[in-house]
Parts: sequence; C-alpha cells; structure tokens
Amino acid sequence: MKTRIHVTLKNGVLDPQGKAIHHALESLGFEGVNDVRQGKLIELDLDDSVSDADIEAMCRKLLANMVIENFEIEREAA
Amino acid sequence: MKSAVIVFPGSNCDRDMAVALEQATGAKPHMVWHRETELPDGIGLIALPGGFSYGDYLRSGAIGANSPIMREVKAAADRGVAVLGVCNGFQLLTEAGLLPGALLRNAGIDFICRDVALKVASSQTAFTSGYQSDETITIPVAHHDGNYFADNDTLDRIEGEGHVAFRYDESVNGSARNIAGIVNAAGNVLGMMPHPERMIEPAHGGSDGKRLFDGLVQALG
Repeated sequence: MKTRIHVTLKNGVLDPQGKAIHHALESLGFEGVNDVRQGKLIELDLDDSVSDADIEAMCRKLLANMVIENFEIEREAA
Repeated sequence: MKSAVIVFPGSNCDRDMAVALEQATGAKPHMVWHRETELPDGIGLIALPGGFSYGDYLRSGAIGANSPIMREVKAAADRGVAVLGVCNGFQLLTEAGLLPGALLRNAGIDFICRDVALKVASSQTAFTSGYQSDETITIPVAHHDGNYFADNDTLDRIEGEGHVAFRYDESVNGSARNIAGIVNAAGNVLGMMPHPERMIEPAHGGSDGKRLFDGLVQALG
C-alpha cells in the first residue's frame, strides 16, 4: 500500500531554499507569488499490516525532525 | 586517556580529528566504524567528526544518528563520558537527541568555508577550559547546514544555564543568537560547527583549536 509522508518546515523556521525558489520565480517574470516554502514528499510502499501508529512512529523517529518540521500522513485506502 | 573517533560513510574530518586527539592525549585514538555495536573498553573521550555522513541524505546527520554505534555513544554520554561533535558531529548530536535544537541550511544558502572569529561564551566547561571567557579565538568553519535553530524557550534556557560554549563574533550563517557551539546540561557533550582540529599548528594559520583539545584532556584528567 502506498503511503505519502509530507514533511514541511514549521512556521517561523527560516527556509532559504524556498526564498531562492521565490526569487527565481520572480526573475522568470511570474507575478503574485507571495511566499515559497520547500518541503519533502516521501513515498512508502507498506504492507497492509503496518499500523497508523507505526507510520507515525517512523515519522517522529526518522522521517521528520520534530524540532523544525511537521509531517502529514496520506494513506491510500486499502 | 583512551579516545575514539566514530567513522561514518561520508566522514571526511575523521583523520584530522585523529591527529588532533593523538597530539593532545599522546595515544592514537581508536577509529570505530559506525556499524560496530560496542566501543572499546575504557574510552574517556568520543569524537564525532565532520563530513557528510550518508551524504546528508534526508537531513544532515539524520541517518548516521541511527547507526548502531550511536546507541553506545548515547549510553556512554549518559554515563558521563565526554563526547565532542564537530560540524557533522554537531548535526549528529542534535539528530540523536543528545543536544537540543537543529542545524538548518545557512541563511545565505551558500556553503561557507573560511576562518571565523569566535567568542568563548563560557570557559566553565571541560571543553572550553583551555580558554578565557569572552576571549576571541579564530577557528575555521566549513558547512552548508550550520544555522543553529531552537525555539525561544530552549534558547533562553541554554543561555540562562550557561550551555552556550561558543558564539560567532559576527553573523556567519544565520544561527540563532550567533550560537556556534553548545554543551548539554551535564556538560559532558559539546557540539560545535567550527573545526578546532583544523587549527592545531602554525601551518594551519594558528593553534587556537589545539587549546580546546589540550584543555579538554587536562580537564578530564
């Protein structure tokens, strides 16, 4: 089963990569871009036996750093 | 004193660290591969060297912090053994939960590789006992992810409890409150982004880094 983990920087954590992307979009002439924040998408292919609690533990222990990042789990329906 | 350098795939300052430790302790350190599950007996000082463990995949230090040997490093730190993390070693220590906070991408996004002026924020730790408080020293940095971040409560706490060891004398990488190095509450774990092992003899342009190792070894007895 495919599960997607979206990892994003917490509010208030500086994102210089997002800023650089923002500048690049502006220099390409795109208008109306107010802010850019860069995150990560991690795709897991999991056995059906893996519980939601297990996925949450994977996120907390490794996939996200809870000091600076939030995560969202998007689990495909079985 | 017996010391150890933990070697990860992608470590690149492990041999420089070994030279610095041998100079200070008079004995070659044990080079311990990260897959090992035990440290040699009687180790009094563990160094986590600079480099790019696991290619900085996921986050700097994130994968290496879960290497088998890190369980032993944590257990040793809990017993009071001195642990020194430099650059990637600092990133590993925060990822492993041995030090608070995290190291973000440099605020100016560039990799920074140059000598920097550091202020010794506290000489009251074993790691900084070779310096005077408020002294300015010169140590090189070489990092992409050295921008120290912690929430304000954590920053207030580590400042209030005297756990800031070094500060940049100017803004270098966007670090909160110009923090360049911190110790844990027990004072036996130091993480710092600058590389003291790259400043240990006149040919390096100075020897301010050597004083960290000499002071530390003397403090540890």
